[in-house]
This record gives sequence, structure tokens and C-alpha cells, in this order.
Amino acid sequence: MEIFAQQIVNGLVLGSIYALVALGYTMVYGILGLINFAHGDITMIGALVSLTFIQLLVAAGVPPAAVLLLAGCGAMLVCAVLGLTIERVAYRPLRRAPRLAPLITAIGVSILLQYSAALIWGKQYIALPAIVEPLQFTVFGAQLTSLQAAIFLLACLIMAGLLWFIKSSRMGRAMRATEQNPDVAGLMGVNTNTVIAFTFLLGSAIGAIAGLMVVLYYGIGHYFMGFMLGLKAFTAAVLGGIGNVGGAVLGGLLLGVIESLAAGYIGDLTGGVLGSNYRDVFAFLVLILVLVLRPSGLLGQHSGDRA
Amino acid sequence: MNAAHWWRRTAWLVIVLLLLAAPFLIEAVLGRAWVRIADVALLFVMLALGLNIVVGFAGLLDLGYIAFFAVGAYSYALLASPQLAVHWPFLVLLPLAAAVAAIFGILLGAPTLRLRGDYLAIVTLGFGEIIRVFLNNLNRPFNLTNGPQGITLIDPLQFGGFSLAQTHSLAGLTFTPVHSYYFVFLACAVLSIVISRRLEDSRIGRAWVAIREDELAASAMGINTRNMKLLAFAMGATFGGVAGGLFSSFQGFISPESFQLLDSIMVLCMVVLGGMGNVTGVVLGAVLLTALPEALRYIGPLQQRWFGEVFIDPSDLRMLLFGLALVLMMLFRPAGILPARRRVMEKRHAAG
Amino acid sequence: MHKHTVRHITAALIAAALLVACGKETPPPAPKAEAPKAPEIMVVKIGSASPLTGPQAHIGVDIRNGVQLAVEDLNAKGIEIGGNKVKFEMVAEDDEANPTKATTVAQKLVDAKVAAVVGHFNSGASIPASKIYADGGVPQISPSSTSPDYTLKGYKTTFRVVAHDGQQGPTLGRYAVGTLKAKNIAIIDDSTAYGQGLADNFENTVKAMGAKIAAREHTTDKDTDFKAILTKIKGRKPDLIMFGGIDPQAGPMIKQMKELGIKAHFIGGDGMQTPNFIKLAGDASDGAMASIPGLPKDQMPGGKEFLEKYKAKFNQEVELFAPMGYDAVFVFVEAMKRAGSADPAKFLPEISKTDYQGVIGPIAFDDKGDLKNGPITIYKVKDGKWEPLEVVKPEAAPAASAAEKK
Repeated sequence: MEIFAQQIVNGLVLGSIYALVALGYTMVYGILGLINFAHGDITMIGALVSLTFIQLLVAAGVPPAAVLLLAGCGAMLVCAVLGLTIERVAYRPLRRAPRLAPLITAIGVSILLQYSAALIWGKQYIALPAIVEPLQFTVFGAQLTSLQAAIFLLACLIMAGLLWFIKSSRMGRAMRATEQNPDVAGLMGVNTNTVIAFTFLLGSAIGAIAGLMVVLYYGIGHYFMGFMLGLKAFTAAVLGGIGNVGGAVLGGLLLGVIESLAAGYIGDLTGGVLGSNYRDVFAFLVLILVLVLRPSGLLGQHSGDRA
Repeated sequence: MNAAHWWRRTAWLVIVLLLLAAPFLIEAVLGRAWVRIADVALLFVMLALGLNIVVGFAGLLDLGYIAFFAVGAYSYALLASPQLAVHWPFLVLLPLAAAVAAIFGILLGAPTLRLRGDYLAIVTLGFGEIIRVFLNNLNRPFNLTNGPQGITLIDPLQFGGFSLAQTHSLAGLTFTPVHSYYFVFLACAVLSIVISRRLEDSRIGRAWVAIREDELAASAMGINTRNMKLLAFAMGATFGGVAGGLFSSFQGFISPESFQLLDSIMVLCMVVLGGMGNVTGVVLGAVLLTALPEALRYIGPLQQRWFGEVFIDPSDLRMLLFGLALVLMMLFRPAGILPARRRVMEKRHAAG
Repeated sequence: MHKHTVRHITAALIAAALLVACGKETPPPAPKAEAPKAPEIMVVKIGSASPLTGPQAHIGVDIRNGVQLAVEDLNAKGIEIGGNKVKFEMVAEDDEANPTKATTVAQKLVDAKVAAVVGHFNSGASIPASKIYADGGVPQISPSSTSPDYTLKGYKTTFRVVAHDGQQGPTLGRYAVGTLKAKNIAIIDDSTAYGQGLADNFENTVKAMGAKIAAREHTTDKDTDFKAILTKIKGRKPDLIMFGGIDPQAGPMIKQMKELGIKAHFIGGDGMQTPNFIKLAGDASDGAMASIPGLPKDQMPGGKEFLEKYKAKFNQEVELFAPMGYDAVFVFVEAMKRAGSADPAKFLPEISKTDYQGVIGPIAFDDKGDLKNGPITIYKVKDGKWEPLEVVKPEAAPAASAAEKK
């Protein structure tokens, strides 16, 4: 039981990181119908920028709380600008192009981001300097650190805030209008270019926070780290129903838990035939099964072959 | 008319002679490493042509294409190495590699028929990773693929006592293994080009184009879209499977490391940069993208000479250029270096 | 239509010819320009082949740096071979950790007439490349490929200066069961040739010594989340966890282990005995143990100096295999000196007679080209530093344990 509770906790914390990254995918997909392949790498940039900020600020003797706040803000700023630039330069000119074009551009942008990061930060794994020793406590027999709790709570907070924002604010309404029909939204006086740019900005900034969380949680940064994270987060977004913000959250948490339970129990369930070595396969199997059986995802309304 | 005919024939003759003399010319001018690069380029020509059937002709974006290459390579390697202690002749194994790859193509295609565009891209990407993870882990509970250690001592192509892995001489020319393989690969690549050409102009090819342009309209015109898409996957996979088998025999060693997502993306780049759907363009794309990174390696020593230190690792530069090329191509020349004929016609039509 | 094709193909050929021409123009390396100034100096090229791009680039760059440092040290010393003053030069190639590229790069090094090659990193690259070096008669020392298959092909040119999986794994196993008295052992590997090979050999040894395998888990060399497998392992209450893999995984792993309240010993191979491991794990690294072939570094002539020099030169800590790369160059040069020639055909027989005290310990080769079973030192992290704990003398017959694998 203790072990089971622990696996659920592991899954939820991992899942909340997936969920935050998934938000970026899902918002962009909802509005543009584009898989922004580079989003995982924007998260990576966020992670490395915040890592650099932390290194500098800790060395300067800034108190821990301020370090985290400044690192978070710095990473969000950099990623927001990056997201805006990418949208403007690489995606906007292709908005009316055939479907394959922006997707291939996105792959190109992803490669560009990775190797620019390699030039700036080098190819070593970068370690996080010690900031604060997290507190340990026990819930239902599961070990939990204050950091894990903070990650989970902050992720929930951001997601709730985002849902509220999309539902109630003026910009949120414009986003929903653009999502339903960009042309009509334009006719109704919505500046769709601004809305799309804003979506990229918001998604990238949230990705930056996810990057900061990854750095704090695992204590490690690397120019290649955005790739797998991005794939998993995309899976989460599809699982929840791509284009649906609530779905991304549900999908992220669910994927985290599925992965934890699968890695933890599959070996015993299959008598040792399958093991934790197939962990990444589970994520992709979930993806394929969802797309084949229920392409709209758990909460989505769009159909899978929306072309 | 007659003069044009003569010119065409002469040009073809020159091309054929050049291709036949290429390994010897390349070795004399650039060294044997470039003959090996030419061999690899020919393998990639086959791969790119296979992917071109799926992406270029039928318009189905496949990001896990290298999986078929892997399946072909492992089919060959398992049955022609000490791993399972079987040594089948390659005349059996190459068709088998093609068949196994085709089956995997259908296995991938069948459940994903309903998906289009980017969804398909992600599913195929997942499929490619799943194949790699399985190859990496099928060494337990029972050792099929030898896991991450890979399979070594794979038989070369051989007829009776004549093995391509040995150096032969004929008519005063020395045929080292890289030379011999060049001619085998060249033959296969030319065959792939011919098949691609014939497919393009056939009923099947036109059906694929119809599906690519508008699936609904295509099925309304009586095209069996399901079978046609499956056929595209199977045909594409076949090319990959044969190339995989040849790769196994050429390298003598394979491991899951050779079949990463990056390799899938590289093949896709070849198709995209060359011009999706244009056979000549795709061939050109494959040759250029295999040769260019190798040429870029010289940038490092040049920087050293000019500036006294290396500012950008050539390898980083290569990846940056790839990324940039993908973006710029899509922005400014989305149809590729050599656009497909059909697209050119469409453009002319629109302009006129 | 056919005319178009012809034109396209002709265009392609012209493009290719141009490319060829460009390629031709660029290769002449710097030394040729300098050669006329000092004709009595003989230039000897040493190849370095490792991944310089991709996820393993940090390790590949580390190897190249080790080779570069050796070349610079040798040039600073001024070496004479057969009465000629020699200038060494490194030719570094990127194999991208890709077996296909590895063979191309190998051929390129052979074409460039390097006297010897240090490389490659991955067994998957070293194995196919070894054939090309053998055909070209160029001796190859891998600083890091641990797969027993690497030296099994019987090439005379193939060597390595790293203990293979059949050497280090069993020693580590004997230490775990014999000295640490572990009875219930969990094993994790990173699904790479190195990690899994090490873990498999460890597993065979500890099983044979009567320990119970509590769990056998796997992760990948790109993962950073190990909570799920560690939680499962926690449920089995092991007294020791062995990890076959390298530091970017080992660091976060021990951190997560402590977070989950697992109190078992944590032990691994040379892939995690690095300063970076301590940095990545922070305080959690305390008590971790790892084996590394050779005697403790500060007991080695030049060991400590090497680490300091490396840091001063590259402004970063040694990642992993730089010392092996460094020593490999010296092994070649010692052989050249003994043979009085930098011609591979002449100094190749001398390599197998190597008896050299390197940064990594005593280096000598057996008849297959594997590093002769030397002592293996177990290190333990104490106050944020790797401290040598114990030197384990090898038991004979490493060949037997290598054979067990298949």
C-alpha cells in the first residue's frame, strides 16, 4: 500500500510537469492546428536560462526565495520573447501553406534551438547548485518533499489560473473565438495575429516555468533535455484531447501516473517478460491507442482527422 | 529533333560512364573515405525514395521511417550471423527483409488509416521509437537481438566462395569491399529510381496523388483509399527493408543506435529539401545531405587556420545549418530544390 | 519529359563535381604549410574519434580533450623518434555515436594517414570501425568501449585501455557480496552496451556467490526520473543497489533514492566515478561507492597533475574518459619510441609489449588487446569528494566471465 501510494505521488509530480508543458502544445494546436514541435525545446531553454540565473544569483549571495523568483521571471521573459519570435518568423508566413510545411519548419526550429543551446551552454550536463534543503514528510506512508508538493501545487495553480483566464478575460474570449473560426473572429474585430502571438507568448512562458521545475526537481540541465519531455507532454495533450486546456492537465497527470505504475508493476504482472525497460513504450502505446480508438482524446471535441 | 536525340543519348552515356567510374575517380581525388560516403549515399537514396512514396506521392507524413530500415537490417542480421547460428544466403534474405518490412509497413498503416497529417506524424514517430526500444530490449527474457550490444560478424554478400568483403581485382582495377558494394548499391538504387518513376506515372501513382490532394474527392472518384494508403506504406517500407538488409551486410555490425529518430528526420530532410514527389529531386537531396555534412567537417581545421581557434564545432554548425535549411526551405521554396512536376504544372496553371 | 530528367541529373552531377572540388580544396591541413620552415621535424598524426554532437557529445569531447592534452604535452616535451624530432598533431573526427558515421570517419582517418587512432567511445562505433583500422593497418585504442565483442574479432590492431565488462563487473560483485556483505541486491542498468554489460556481469557474479537479486530494473541514458523503479525497489528492501551506467543518471538517481528514504548502499562502475556525479547529486552523493580500474589517482605518477592541467586548460572537470584518451596517446608514443619509427607497421608489434604507468594505472595488454587485469580501486564519496577506500586485487580468469555472457 505504501509503495502504491508512493507510485501515485511520483506519478502526480511527474505528471504535473508534463501537464504544464502540454498546455503549450494544446493552446497552440487549439488555435493554429499546428503541432509546435519546438515547444519541448523552448522548455529546455527555460530550464537552462533559469539554471544560469540560479548559478549567478546563488554565487552573489541572494536569498533563496528571491533566487527562485528572479530565475523564474528571467526564464519566462526569455522564453516569451523566443516564442513570439518563432511565431513571427517561422510560423506566421506559413499560416496558409499546406499542412506539412509548418510541421517541417517546427522540426527545423527544434533542431536550431537545441544546437544554439549547445553553443551557449556547452554539451555537459549542468548541475544545479544547492539552494534550500527541501523538507521531507510522509503522507499515507509515501515520502513527499516540500519541493514536490510545491511543484504540484504551483502547477495546479497555474492551470486553474489559465482556465479562468481563457474563460473570463477579454483576451481569453478572443482566443476561444479564434480557435473556433479565425476568419469570423477577424470579422468580429478580433485581431487574430495578436491573439496567436499572445498564445505563443503564454504557452512559452508556462513552458519556462515547467523548465524551472524540471531543473529544481532533478537538479540537472542539458541541451537535449527538451526532446523526450516534449514528446511525453505532447502525448499527454493528445491523451487529454488536444486543443482542450483542461484535457492537457488531465492527460499530463494521467500519463505521469500510468508511467509510474507501469514501470513499477509491469515486471510482476507479466512474470518478468516485460520490465521497466519498456517504460517509454507505454507512453507511445497510450498515444497510439488514444489516436486510433478515440482521436478526440478524453475531453476533446475535435476529431482526429481535422485537416 | 535528331540533334536533340543525339544529345540526349550522349548525355545519358556520359552519366552512365561517370557513375560507373565514380568510385575510382572519387578514390583518386578524395580518398577511400569518400567512396564509403558514396556507398552510404546510395543507401540513403534508396531510403529517401522509399519515404518519398509515402510522403511525396501519397502525402502521408512518416516520422518513423527508419524503423523499416531497422526491421530489414535485423531480419538480415539475425539470419546471417552467429547470433542465431544461421547463415542463409542473401538471395533469400534480401527479399525476406523486404517482405518483413512490408508486413511492418502494413502493421503500422492499418490502425492509422483514419489519421491524417500531423497526427499520423506523431504516431509514426512513436512507432519508430517502439521498434527501437524493442530491438534494444529483446535480449531478455530470451536473447533474440543481443540488446544494446548489437549483432556482430554479420555475413557479407557472397556467392559461394566469392565474397564482397574481400578485395578483388579485375581488368587492372582493384575492387576493395567499398568499391564492390558501390556497384551493388548503385544497381539497387537505379532499380529503386526506375520503380519510383514507373509508379509515379501509373494508375497507382495517380491514385496516391489524388489521395494526397483531397482524400474525400479521391474516394468519391472510386479510389479505394484504404488499400491505396496501405500499398503506399508497404511499398515505402519495402525500399527501407532492402536498404536495411544491404546495410547489415555492408557494415557487418548493427545495433539499435543506428536507428534513432534523428535518422528518420534526416531521411525526411532529404525528401523535403529535394522536393517531395520529385524522384530526381529526392535523389539529389539524399546525395547532397549525405555529402554536405562530410564536407562541413573541414570547417573546423579551416577556422583553426584562419582564426587560430575553433569558434563553432563543425558538427554543431552542421546541425544548425540543417535546422536553418529546413526553416528557410519551407519559407522560401516549400516545394524543394526540384519541385514535383505536378506542382510546377499547378503553378503554371495558376499563373496563366 | 526525358529532357528534363537529363538536365536535372546533369545539374546534380555538376553540383556534385563542385562539391568534390570544394572538398578537394579544403583538406590540406596546417602542417604542410609549416613543413618547409623546419624540414627536420617529422609530423605524426594521431586520430581521435568520438561523438562530438548529440546527447553523448559531452563524453566525446572529453575524450578528444584528453587526446589533445596528450599531444600538447608531448610537443612541449619534445619527443624524438628514431633520431628525428617529432611534432604530434591531433586529427579529431566526430562519429556522432553513429555506427555508420563511425566507419566513414575511420576510413577518413586511415586516408589521412594517421599513425594511430584513439577511439571510439561507444562499442557500437568501435566494433564496425575496428575492421577498417585493421584493413588499413592502423592501430586503434578505444578509451571506453567495454563490450567484450570489441576484441573478439582477432584483429592485431585492436586494443583498449578500459576494463571490459567481464573484468570490472565481477570484481565489483565480489566486493559487494564479499566485503559489504550484501545479501539482497537490486540492479539497475541504463540499457546501453556499457551499462547493461557491466550490470549483467555483476549480476552473474553476485548470484554465483549466493546473493539474492531483489529486482532487475532498467532506465535509459537520457532519463532523469527514476522514482518509479526506485519505489518498486524500495518495496523489496534491498541492502545494496548497483547501477550500471554513467553519471548524468547516477547523480539524480542517488538523490531520488535518498528522497524516497532508501538506505541501501549505492555502488556503480567507472562511469559514475566522476566529479560531475558529486555535483549532480549534491549532498546525496555521500556514501556512494564506485570502482575504477587502476590504483588510486593520487598514488599514480602524474594523476593529480593531470586533473589540474585538464581543468586549467579546458576550464571544466574531467568528465569520464579523458585520462584514458590521454594515456592511449602515450601508449602509442612509447611504442613508437621503442620501435624507433612512427610507421604503424613497425611500431604495432611494440604496442602489445606495452608496460606503461599511465594516469589510469598500469597499462599492459593481453593477447586479445584487452587491458590486462590490473587492480581495481573502490572509491567512496566522503565530504563531497571521491576517497579511495580499498584496492581489490583481481582474481584470475576474466575470460571465463566474459564467456558467461553469451
